[in-house]
Amino acid sequence: MIENRPLLTWISYIVLTIGVAIVAFPVYVTLVASTRTAQEVLQAPMPLTPGTHMLENYAAVLAHGAGESGAGVGRMMVNSLISALVIAIGKIAISLLSAFAIVYFRFPFRRFFFWMIFVTLMLPVEVRILPTYKVVADLGMLDTYAGLTIPLIASATATFLFRQFFLTIPDELAEAARIDGAGPMRFFWDVVLPLSRPNIAALFVILFIYGWNQYLWPLLVTTQEDMYTTVIGIKRMISGGDAATDWNLVMATAMLAMLPPALVVLLMQRWFVKGLVDAEK
Amino acid sequence: MAAEKRALFRSQWLPYALLLPQVIVTIVFFFLPAGQALIQSTQIQDAFGGSLQFVGLDNFRDLFNDALYLESFKVTALFSILVAGLGLTISLILAVFADRVVRGAGVYKTLLIWPYAVAPAIAAVLWLFLFNPTLGIVAHWLTSAGVDWNYLLYGNQALMLVVIAAVWKQVSYNFLFFLAGLQSIPKSLLEAAAIDGAGPVKRFATIVFPLLSPTTFFLLVVNIVYAFFDTFGIIDAATSGGPGQATEILVYKVYKDGFKGLDLGGSAAQSVVLMTIVITLTVIQFRYVERKVQY
Repeated sequence: MIENRPLLTWISYIVLTIGVAIVAFPVYVTLVASTRTAQEVLQAPMPLTPGTHMLENYAAVLAHGAGESGAGVGRMMVNSLISALVIAIGKIAISLLSAFAIVYFRFPFRRFFFWMIFVTLMLPVEVRILPTYKVVADLGMLDTYAGLTIPLIASATATFLFRQFFLTIPDELAEAARIDGAGPMRFFWDVVLPLSRPNIAALFVILFIYGWNQYLWPLLVTTQEDMYTTVIGIKRMISGGDAATDWNLVMATAMLAMLPPALVVLLMQRWFVKGLVDAEK
Repeated sequence: MAAEKRALFRSQWLPYALLLPQVIVTIVFFFLPAGQALIQSTQIQDAFGGSLQFVGLDNFRDLFNDALYLESFKVTALFSILVAGLGLTISLILAVFADRVVRGAGVYKTLLIWPYAVAPAIAAVLWLFLFNPTLGIVAHWLTSAGVDWNYLLYGNQALMLVVIAAVWKQVSYNFLFFLAGLQSIPKSLLEAAAIDGAGPVKRFATIVFPLLSPTTFFLLVVNIVYAFFDTFGIIDAATSGGPGQATEILVYKVYKDGFKGLDLGGSAAQSVVLMTIVITLTVIQFRYVERKVQY
């Protein structure tokens, strides 16, 4: 602090507290709604204190979703978890390999491959929806985990990040490894990979959230309820209109959909911040 | 690619094998579809889904003569300006105060960053529940205060709803970068200004804000990209582009015309327009932002 201004310090605390309260308010209301019965939620205004039906609501959605939809949120959570893990680990794996090839080898068309990966930054799913959907449909990958994940695992950002990091690994390490007779893959496993651990952890947090929160892509490639991810499941639950929607169950599902990525951010906060900053460099 | 390695491994085939997985995914799911979009954007299909006909730039001409498409451009522009403007202002205010606070700074930071983890579509559902005209609690307060609140009927209210959800989700990201930017400003500068008699407001206006401008510019680009592309889930879950066209941003229109309307040529032409926008934004980001932002 530059100078002591008690009034300004008080204002700071007040503004921050109001900010935190506004940020938390929608989630608090969601939590309250998820602990009440459908009738209690429907009375306007809804009571703002937690109710007593938390366990039964969560048990109900985990087992068979909201209303008569059938597919349980438990199943959707598993789908989300599988997609998020495959997307995060897949992106990291193929980016590590590509970056290693680009940094540690000289070969024809090296620059060409580098730019090819770079250009994918400029082609997000949103701008090539229909043709990408058609490719996936032609390959018979609709309603499969492969269809949910593989089209998303190319990553220019991760490749750049690892390339940037590999360039900072001292050349002496590679020279020493070569003198000791280690081949490139041995060097990769025993030196590069262990050194990359902090970067991998940071990237994993960001990519896990990215994978878990995917929306447009799962919306297109999943038509069967047992392949829905949690985020898609909620959208389907509310599309029936107000009267047909059990809001207490929808809100319980929303809590469940937010929980895993929020836990990852809170428990791995240090890696999360590093990942955000690194990924945008 | 400025820096290069000196110590290298040699192999005729290994580098290609290492690149193979990434290159396959890139070609099959990025380049083929993008190429297809380019080709389709110059074709029309007859009404029976049969033969394709080359029509040159007709699809694009139709697009830019289409009042609905131009309207969608306007909605997108307004939406991005509101999301970026409000998002940056609110997070800057929070970051400035968080930077001042000594005790509990870490707690406030933790309490402000987690909305980043919430999926856009979920953010939309949370706010939609608050603003739902029949059962939403905020809607109830608004109605009690005499506001005629029904975002299902009034376009500007629907736009406000999606802007709030989009800003809520993005504030945490902006906040983190602003806070990092503020913490990297040398304290000696601020101390010198304070000794010369500059108060907090003056210091902010003449030292902090100018020194923060690289971060601000970087965040501006990131927020515009976010508003253009990453808010699809918010729009789809909260309003589906409605009422009318009030919240139909470009990305949503591509989806609607392509998947619901099955207008292949028109949707592909829209994809190409969007691609041009992404390419422009990416070039701006890399040419003008990257080297000037420091952490």
